[in-house]
Amino acid sequence: MPIRQPEIECLNAEELKDMQGKLLSSQVKRMYENVVCFRGRMDEAGLKPDDIKCIEDIGKLPFSYKSDLRDYYPFGLFAVPMKNIVRTHASSGTTGKRIVVGYTAKDLDVWSDCIARMLTGIGVTDDDIVQVSFGYGLFTGGFGLHGGAEKVGATVIPMSSGNTALQIQTMADFGATVLCCTPSYAMHLGEEAKRMGMIDSLSLRIGIFGAEPWTEEMREKIEETLHIKAYDIYGLSEIMGPGVAEECEYQCGMHIWEDHFYPEIIDPDTCERLPDGSTGELVLTTLTKEGFPLIRYRTRDICRLNRTPCRCGRTHVRLMKPQGRTDDMLIIRGVNVFPSQIEEVLMHVSGNIITPNYQIIVDRVNHTDTLDVLVEMSRELFADNVKSVENLEKSITEQIRSALGLSPRVHLVNPNSIIRSEGKAKRVIDKREGKI
Amino acid sequence: MKIKQLSVFLENKPGQLCVMTKLLAENEINISAISLADTSGFGIVRMIVDDPEKAQSVLSDAGIIGMITEVSAIAMNDVPGGLSSVLNALSAAQVNVEYMYAFVSVRSGKALMVVQTDAIEKAESVFQSSDLHAISPSDIYRI
Ligand SMILES: [Zn+2]
Repeated sequence: MPIRQPEIECLNAEELKDMQGKLLSSQVKRMYENVVCFRGRMDEAGLKPDDIKCIEDIGKLPFSYKSDLRDYYPFGLFAVPMKNIVRTHASSGTTGKRIVVGYTAKDLDVWSDCIARMLTGIGVTDDDIVQVSFGYGLFTGGFGLHGGAEKVGATVIPMSSGNTALQIQTMADFGATVLCCTPSYAMHLGEEAKRMGMIDSLSLRIGIFGAEPWTEEMREKIEETLHIKAYDIYGLSEIMGPGVAEECEYQCGMHIWEDHFYPEIIDPDTCERLPDGSTGELVLTTLTKEGFPLIRYRTRDICRLNRTPCRCGRTHVRLMKPQGRTDDMLIIRGVNVFPSQIEEVLMHVSGNIITPNYQIIVDRVNHTDTLDVLVEMSRELFADNVKSVENLEKSITEQIRSALGLSPRVHLVNPNSIIRSEGKAKRVIDKREGKI
Repeated sequence: MKIKQLSVFLENKPGQLCVMTKLLAENEINISAISLADTSGFGIVRMIVDDPEKAQSVLSDAGIIGMITEVSAIAMNDVPGGLSSVLNALSAAQVNVEYMYAFVSVRSGKALMVVQTDAIEKAESVFQSSDLHAISPSDIYRI
């Protein structure tokens, strides 16, 4: 597959570091002058912009947090005057106050460049028809993919999310070859297209999925159902939106575009920087962002960086699939549990025939945490035999127990009875708040 | 005779059985016999209906999983020892009964028994050589 900007994407490590050092030092200078919050933290730490000369100096700098975005809501962290901001995006604010981010014209250009690099790298060209089924609006998903797809000259269908039947009809009628949405919605679209007898009317060949965690098993299932190759994309609106890191044709980790974003992995408890290859919290610095720059932003995503050379020839580090979020992590009876662990078990039970639709319900009864897992039954799993259905229930229970070290109560429920959101799936219900 | 039975998965939630029977009624499907096996977690409903394929598709559209299985149906002699002699014959042929339930065929007025065994073909030949009333598909299905 072609490489869009080989002089950058394949830049050798030495030159890349040199470039990052220069970008960091000028970014720090600019922010020190323009962002009150950042200047305050630097002063507190006794640091001056001149102390930052090379990329290794980044460890001296203070962290920034999601709470900063709330504290300086709406525009308090912007580093340019509002007349230079041409776009804002915001989070839906599912957990508390909304956060707002802003982009200059150059920021938007960089964003679409990042996505265009990915699209070119996985073989999307101006011959493709790209259906963007990420939400358009304050959410960064829709507009992010949109800009990149236009940049490579593809034909964009700005579908946005929702109305599944219309999504499938449009894909078929317009001959969409590329689909962009959340992985759970891709699964849903695949199942519905099959049910409607429309699978063979689709011309899809590539899928780009992100904005929520998904497993390798889910990838296989989506690829099989929709007859496509499915690629992972990573991003967060605080940093830019989707496109911070993306898979190449080899589907083995997402290249972080290091000429724009500098990644570190830290121990979330001690805040110490961890060596390459360790698993910990991802911390990102925007090296070139003008409108809304962030230094050492705590993403809360738990993952690992892979510095070994990639077969595609790109030198930019690969982000291995996030395993969960520090704030997704549930502590149940003192045990750390990531919903993705349960998902993995369900995918493996009975040779991947389970529709991985499930819901985790955590509650507290008589001062003890309870864990209930609802699993949707499917025609393939059902048998006219109480024993075999009971055995299925037991086998799921046993495998979750051995994966987590915690005994769940597993409930088999009717198909499609767990609510599937058109966007992000509601996988966890924690009813413990306020209970002791 | 071998007949088709519809087995349905029911999650453990109030009103599930009611939802299912209402759907069948709305689609004019007659239930001749029904039996419910349940555990603490879920239930399996087994039914003899006059149009099993239609019933399965009606339920499937409503998100209820059903599967069609083959079972034996026999008409018994209405005399003391009728059931016992059938079971004796099965036992002699080393066929195990997994479950059974009785019903009256609305179409013929006959008293029938549904029997599921671990060897349906063998059971069928046992029934054929026994002193049992023959039944026909029209006793059961809408033909
Ligand atoms: Zn690569």
